[in-house]
Amino acid sequence: MIYLQLFWAYLKIGIFGFGGGYAMLSMIQFEIVDHYQWMSLEEFTDMVALSQMTPGPFSINIATFTGYTVGGFWGSLLASFSLVLPALILFMIVLKFLFKNKENYIIKTTLSSMKPVIAGLIFVAALQMMNANNFTDFGLHQNNISVIICIVSFIAVFFAKINPILLILASGLVGYFVY
Amino acid sequence: MKTVFQLFLTFFNIGAFTLGGGYAMLDMVEKAVVDKRHWIGKDEFWDMITIVQMLPGVFAVNTALYTGYKIKGIRGAIAACLGAIIPSIVIILLIAILFVDYQDNPVVERIFRGIRPCVVALILSPAIKMLINAKVNWKTAIFPIATVCLIYFFRVSPVYIIIATIIGSVAFAFYSQNRLNKSKS
Repeated sequence: MIYLQLFWAYLKIGIFGFGGGYAMLSMIQFEIVDHYQWMSLEEFTDMVALSQMTPGPFSINIATFTGYTVGGFWGSLLASFSLVLPALILFMIVLKFLFKNKENYIIKTTLSSMKPVIAGLIFVAALQMMNANNFTDFGLHQNNISVIICIVSFIAVFFAKINPILLILASGLVGYFVY
Repeated sequence: MKTVFQLFLTFFNIGAFTLGGGYAMLDMVEKAVVDKRHWIGKDEFWDMITIVQMLPGVFAVNTALYTGYKIKGIRGAIAACLGAIIPSIVIILLIAILFVDYQDNPVVERIFRGIRPCVVALILSPAIKMLINAKVNWKTAIFPIATVCLIYFFRVSPVYIIIATIIGSVAFAFYSQNRLNKSKS
């Protein structure tokens, strides 16, 4: 049963995952954490961090990781296979059409008008991770180090374009010494 | 057969050594496929990327599929795709096995308490970049706001939102094409 659910969850994500890995993240979170409740949000956040630090496509990493915790070795293979399957099928069907019509006005306009929604999807993923379990020391009379880490990391990655892996390592170091 | 194996190896290398996902990988793919192996021309490669970017699913996998297909048909596509994902799956599996064992270790827990707020920032950043890229103005701001509210407050599945968005966007595309044609004639 769990295998069927894993298959279905990642198949949907593979079909409707427009806009890249981060947009897919909100879908994965919705299925794995909210809908099937296979793991807590902190666990999921940890997996996102580890998936960002390992080489290879981010969404394959997170699918394999969550698949493993949910259904062991076969669960991990099934999750990444289901994520890739729609692309394989779609690609055989639409390949010729797409290559012939790459300047197609309808396709271009459709995809560019989806962008604002995709931005919203990525925002939700971040917003849902801003909970009390990920920001343990948030509060008026607390030291709010988690908030400081978040703000500094944001400035570092968005403005200073510092490598995300370095930021994850640095934050881990701060966590080790502070908590 | 030799080319099929080379395709597998090329994407295996890329999958094993690129950090930062899809777009970080593009540079390496171009170097391997265009500069080193001369499988396809530069222009053809970037044309292909424009198409692949539009498709749903994993960008790196789609790139592998299309490059493989262009060079060696279905067999090439599958070889490239497997090459791109196998290193990821192996590495993550090893990490996952360790993670399950050490998750509750107090030192690991402290490290992750520091990492979690950083992850939030790392996702906020592409969200804002996408907002800028989508050229969201006061009128179109309703779309990301509605998306956030529907998922966050009303627990609507993102899949339904994407389906609705596709329908709406296709309708809008046809409408604006009609208007364009009318204004021309």
